[in-house]
Amino acid sequence: MTKLLQWLLGVGLLLGTWACLVWDLVPAQLTPQWKEVVWVAPMYLLMSFACYSLATIGYRVATFNDCEDAAKELQQEIEEARRDLAKKGLKLS
Amino acid sequence: MASKKGSDKYSVLLPTYNERDNLPLIVWLLVRAFQQSGHDFEIIVIDDGSPDGTLEVAQQLENIYGKDKIVLRPRAKKLGLGTAYIHGMKHATGNFVIIMDADLSHHPKFIPEFISKQQERDYDVVSGTRYRGSGGVYGWDLKRKLISRGANYLTQILLRPGASDLTGSFRLYKKAVLEKLVESCVSKGYVFQMEMIVRARQLGFTIGEVPITFVDRVYGESKLGGNEVISFAKGLLYLFATT
Repeated sequence: MTKLLQWLLGVGLLLGTWACLVWDLVPAQLTPQWKEVVWVAPMYLLMSFACYSLATIGYRVATFNDCEDAAKELQQEIEEARRDLAKKGLKLS
Repeated sequence: MASKKGSDKYSVLLPTYNERDNLPLIVWLLVRAFQQSGHDFEIIVIDDGSPDGTLEVAQQLENIYGKDKIVLRPRAKKLGLGTAYIHGMKHATGNFVIIMDADLSHHPKFIPEFISKQQERDYDVVSGTRYRGSGGVYGWDLKRKLISRGANYLTQILLRPGASDLTGSFRLYKKAVLEKLVESCVSKGYVFQMEMIVRARQLGFTIGEVPITFVDRVYGESKLGGNEVISFAKGLLYLFATT
């Protein structure tokens, strides 16, 4: 099963359950208060997911390692490599 | 351990295009890394007819380090990454293949870590990752980091690939596994790297990860434009619908 189908299946199941509860398609007999909660649940779910996503991405950008040391080390190694390669007879004309 | 070192051989595939400045340096670093770790190796240079004389430099390196260590398999013109790997693999005598960029953004010092990671659980693929542990990047501004992290997050949510760095191209493969993967991948450019790792998971291959530092191109231009973003989006949707 492709990821697309998995997603369609998951979203379909959630929306189906939601529709059943909202339009009384199953004898769940929710109280009016609960119905109100269920009615707005998808919206809240979506909003919390968006917030979670933004927070996660923000955190990961902020903690993305800057490898200053690796860059410096590489520069030194490049100098070393150039000297050694010249000694071995490499000509870069 | 000693007997393992005796029987395993690592073939490094280096596709190049206009890398005459970088090629000697990456080869020097590779040779040093392998000499220090004591693993058997060969470096296969696949130059796609670079007009800057990369091949001529490669021939000098062949003379310096020997034909058994530096293997030249040039092609007449630029033909794409996937076919470069197929071309290089045909001539690879190792039972493991390492793929990396020749522009010094990938450092050979991580290869011994890739190898010990592979041996740890006999992984089919070991992928370098910029996004985990001590991994990271150098030379990226905030915008680039944001795009990279955002794209990576979206990919993780949609594809759940079981690997944290999909667009990186510093990886070690069992040779037979790489052959199978290249065969089943159709994408171009760096979407190709993403497809390789996603298909690997789909085909049931095991993937290990090693944190790497990515030092963005020291010489030459680095590219991330609108075109890259669009081709990434297309690639993502393609993999979303087919894997």
